Amino acid sequence: MSEQTLQDDYAPTQNIWKFFKSELKPRGSVWTVFNMISVPMVLLAAVIIVIRFVYGLAAVSNVTQSVPWGLWKGFNVVTGVAFAGGAYVLTFMVYILGMEKYKPLVRVTVLNGFLAYTFYAFALVLDLGKPWNIINPIIGNSFGTSSILFLVAWHFMLYIVAQMIEFSPAVAEWLGSERARRNLKRLTIGAVVFGITLSTLHQSGLGALFLMAKGKIHPLWYSEFIPTLFFISSIFAGLSVVIFQGSILQRVFSYQLDEHSDERHNIMIRGLSRVCALSMFAYFFLKIIDMVHNHTLGYLMSPMGAWYLLELIGFVLIPMLLFVYGVRIGTPNIIRLASIMTLVGIVLNRMNISVIAYRWDEIPRYIPTWMEFVVTISILFVQIWIFRWVIHRMPVLRTMETMIQTSNIER
Amino acid sequence: MSIDRREFLKTLGVAGAGLTGVSALGKSKPEPDADEFYAILHDITLCEGCQECELACAEANNLPEISDDDYPDSDIKRELKPNQYTVINAVETSVGEVYTKQQCMHCAQPACASACLTEAMKKTESGPVTWEEGKCMGCRYCMISCPFDIPKFEYDSNNPKIGKCQMCFDRLQKGEVPACVENCPVGALTFGKRSDILREARNRIFDNPGTYVDHIYGEHEAGGTSWLNLSPVPFEELGFKTNLETKPYPELTKGFLYSVPSVFILWPALLMGLREATRNDDEEGADHE
Repeated sequence: MSEQTLQDDYAPTQNIWKFFKSELKPRGSVWTVFNMISVPMVLLAAVIIVIRFVYGLAAVSNVTQSVPWGLWKGFNVVTGVAFAGGAYVLTFMVYILGMEKYKPLVRVTVLNGFLAYTFYAFALVLDLGKPWNIINPIIGNSFGTSSILFLVAWHFMLYIVAQMIEFSPAVAEWLGSERARRNLKRLTIGAVVFGITLSTLHQSGLGALFLMAKGKIHPLWYSEFIPTLFFISSIFAGLSVVIFQGSILQRVFSYQLDEHSDERHNIMIRGLSRVCALSMFAYFFLKIIDMVHNHTLGYLMSPMGAWYLLELIGFVLIPMLLFVYGVRIGTPNIIRLASIMTLVGIVLNRMNISVIAYRWDEIPRYIPTWMEFVVTISILFVQIWIFRWVIHRMPVLRTMETMIQTSNIER
Repeated sequence: MSIDRREFLKTLGVAGAGLTGVSALGKSKPEPDADEFYAILHDITLCEGCQECELACAEANNLPEISDDDYPDSDIKRELKPNQYTVINAVETSVGEVYTKQQCMHCAQPACASACLTEAMKKTESGPVTWEEGKCMGCRYCMISCPFDIPKFEYDSNNPKIGKCQMCFDRLQKGEVPACVENCPVGALTFGKRSDILREARNRIFDNPGTYVDHIYGEHEAGGTSWLNLSPVPFEELGFKTNLETKPYPELTKGFLYSVPSVFILWPALLMGLREATRNDDEEGADHE
């Protein structure tokens, strides 16, 4: 389809504001169950956020002097970044290794990664005591270059830009600018290479944040391998999100997909399951080596040991075997179950290191308030809103051609 | 060629280090000598738990007064607060009740300062570890990293501060000794250059056999600190942290930080190489999307 017809049929370049206005309108029914739950929740979260900035963190959060990072940092930032790891793994497979069959998954995964990073940056700002000083390490009037957090923060920001570039061709197509699309497309490979490098470093860097907390994190979780463990687990965490999310997208956005998409999708998730299983095996093995090396096997008999085994056996080893089994007998449902269990395992692991096994000996324990939960979930909800808005309008799951065809039929 | 090879490689190295943000790792200025820092010795055998140091600290730092019913008692553990930089605790031991003093230890190479991404926490040349409000963004990574759990955060404020002992940095600048040292009525606190203080502590152990355990807490803990303690009983009995590293805590992250430039140089080259290697022959030359 030529540039001219693209513009005529779809995106009007004459009145761009009218176009934006029409695109802002919701598609389909507003009164869905998801909206009925998410809208009041997000409004409530907005009130909580106002209270937090007027009266300070203590008004809404239970974080303590000895456990200074709570749910917002532990879940939204530390866990969320691992969940968003799918983007760098998939771009590596498709653009670097040339595995074209996974290409249909790239755009949606990059979009998800981009939104995740943006919103987790927002969660981080909520948690900062003096968020207005966040410009200090950015504009360079005080560079704490020996800080792992400095490194992570910068890589975080740069990676958001890289993902924006990776996704930008879809935006150009939506706006009907073929020239912009072609130029942006040229940047993709650079952004991909840069993005994978940044991801390697900040995924492991998030783990390295806890290296100095030696003695404060339970010996079963503390390890000099934390950076490596975080990196490896981000591979199967990210891919599990791709698998899990894919199964939902197949249903929610079924109108955008053709009759072969189910079959294609199953082939893709079987391939990704293999990668998951292998990286989980490496992870599991490294965990065992670490336990032997640090002589922490003795702790397994304590209550914390049972909790550790639940994480490692229940939510790493078992889903790993389920992935293998699912690929063998070819049942997507078992693979889906494995991906969900893997995600639970990642939540457990990241929360354990940053919150639960961090100062495990401290009494009283930190338990998040309901308000912290509301904000945490609301951040996910807003992210889903934007995700949904983009997928309905931009060529993410389908190509521009099919979008125009369907919109012509609707007319 | 007008640029010689060495010059070129040097430029490349500088550019690479700048990109990865770890240029400060190759520090050109020498590390201040830990022994030349100021240090303070707390002799637990002399301390009577009178709280004069607490009162002086509150006054010197414009902190709220200590209330009368808040005194050391072996049944309770008093904690540092964002607005209380030092606490005296009574501890029941095998030699009777003794008093411990808790405050920032002012490590020679502090975990908090190396954790801080804005350099708000800083190790000064003279020894104190100071906190600068205008730089801090309140991320509390210093609290995560501090092996002694010292920095405290004002959770109930919308413009929160980190509260911790600054070893009366302003008073040191004026040539005065820290407020707690000046106001100790029994001479349990001694202030001076760290090397002198260490010698003094060793002399006391040597001269008074049986009075002290043969351990200066802070000489090697966390790589050496500016607060040193002498005790009549093992420090474990006093509730001091005894599972600490003897090397400085920033060392724990050094390996990771050093690997960053390597990854930054190697990965892109490797990735581009892999991409070229996996390309199909028929695609070569064609505009690959």
